[in-house]
Amino acid sequence: MNRNERTGFGLLAICAGFLVLLVVALVGYVVSGGWSVLSFGFLTEVPRNGMREGGIWPPIFGTIVLMLITAVSATPLGVGCAIYLVEYAREGWLVRLIRLSIRNLSGVPSVVYGLFGVGLFVNGLGFGPSLLASGLTLGLLTLPWTITASEEALRRVPRSYRDGALALGATPWEAISKNVIPAALPGMLTGIILGLARAAGETAPILFTGVTFSRPDIPHSVFDTYMALPYHLYILSTQHQDIVTVRPVAFATATVLLGIVLVINGTAAVVRSRLRAAQVG
Amino acid sequence: MKIQSKKLEVWYGNKQALHAVDLAMQEHTITALIGPSGCGKSTYLRCLNRMNDTIEGVVVKGGLLLDGYDVYEPGVDVVALRRRVGMVFQKANPFPKSIFDNVAFGLRLGPRIPKTELDGRVEQALTRAALWEEVRDRLTGSALGLSGGQQQRLCIARALAVEPEVLLMDEPTSALDPIATAKIEELLHGLADRYTIVIVTHNMQQAARVSDQTAFFFMGQLIEVAPTDDLFTHPTVKKTEEYITGRFG
Repeated sequence: MNRNERTGFGLLAICAGFLVLLVVALVGYVVSGGWSVLSFGFLTEVPRNGMREGGIWPPIFGTIVLMLITAVSATPLGVGCAIYLVEYAREGWLVRLIRLSIRNLSGVPSVVYGLFGVGLFVNGLGFGPSLLASGLTLGLLTLPWTITASEEALRRVPRSYRDGALALGATPWEAISKNVIPAALPGMLTGIILGLARAAGETAPILFTGVTFSRPDIPHSVFDTYMALPYHLYILSTQHQDIVTVRPVAFATATVLLGIVLVINGTAAVVRSRLRAAQVG
Repeated sequence: MKIQSKKLEVWYGNKQALHAVDLAMQEHTITALIGPSGCGKSTYLRCLNRMNDTIEGVVVKGGLLLDGYDVYEPGVDVVALRRRVGMVFQKANPFPKSIFDNVAFGLRLGPRIPKTELDGRVEQALTRAALWEEVRDRLTGSALGLSGGQQQRLCIARALAVEPEVLLMDEPTSALDPIATAKIEELLHGLADRYTIVIVTHNMQQAARVSDQTAFFFMGQLIEVAPTDDLFTHPTVKKTEEYITGRFG
């Protein structure tokens, strides 16, 4: 390599290195801030003494249930939409309209989703401020993400898998359901799970739709209000009457939120490699 | 006649790909379709199982009879047609599943078959495709782990498993090495006892080696069709002679 090449690649390596450094610094900063209060009990106990002591079990529980509702509501709709767009729809004004809608949905600020969630789920459908209303709102938020990821995964499946199945006497739906979707599944799941991880950290859409400042227990049904990690973090950092004292609790909460997101992302990676390995063998 | 086309025309939008092709094939014979790229031979082949239907804007005119019934008649069940007319593609396309599941794919589309019968039919198809001995101990392994030649024989087995009457092959050896090619050609001779085979090939030696009848296509027209030995030794049309002697193509 000549000198210019070396300098060029060196600069690129610095860019890449900076990224790693950023992640390490961010995680290190958050974890070190919360280290003093992190313990097993922090994960399983309810907040005590005005959130200064105890744990954060209710917000952890709330966030997990929220993710489940989001996944259950967004996945079938998103995957169905992607299958329609890739496998059935013919180019025309309808498809252009659908694509335009998806693009615009993904550009809508999350706080607007929150307002819409109030209108549709909290008031419109009468769910009230609740886990269900928030989960469905987050489901809408992740929908464009789910559709796009599923679409890309479906498009990557070689045409020969479809044609091969059709040539064996499969109906179009059999070719898709038995051959194309299984092949696209790893990519679809990865995209869906990453969308969920993003939703897990959202505050604005749940703000108006059911998350609550504090409650002493976990919700009893999906129509109950709940606590969630991102909002809890927001409360501890800006709304608490004793912000300085609860700062380590805030950092520890952030650590748990980061942990959940990393676990979700890790799950995505494992699921993907397992499914790929099962196919390639 | 097993297969007979009468003035068969194919249009892609307003571009005509096939011009009034009359061609007949007897049961349990091998017909080779030869000609330069873009001559319409693959288009003709893909009419026989209506795989052309998957391309947008295709119009087929004229008649194409299978056992005397027109496959393009309105109301024909395309799915049922494709179970009678199997197809092997140019590039081996094993599905990302186990060897067993690949061969069983077509069988599992129909009514449920008991496990023992399924096992038997998978073995039979693999045996007919001369692959059984090589894969019998790794049926649950991924089909993607097979060599290129094995993958193509797997695709043949998969097509044979549903017991078609006709087997279409679209340049099945063009991506294979000479040894794998020889194996498949050898296989074809045996298969002609049971199936009516139509093979598209770029390789004239291959056409000469495997087929009973050869049809030469050029620019969307069927130029000449004759028993293979006759076509290669005494072509009656000048264009055919020029092509088989390698003056163009």
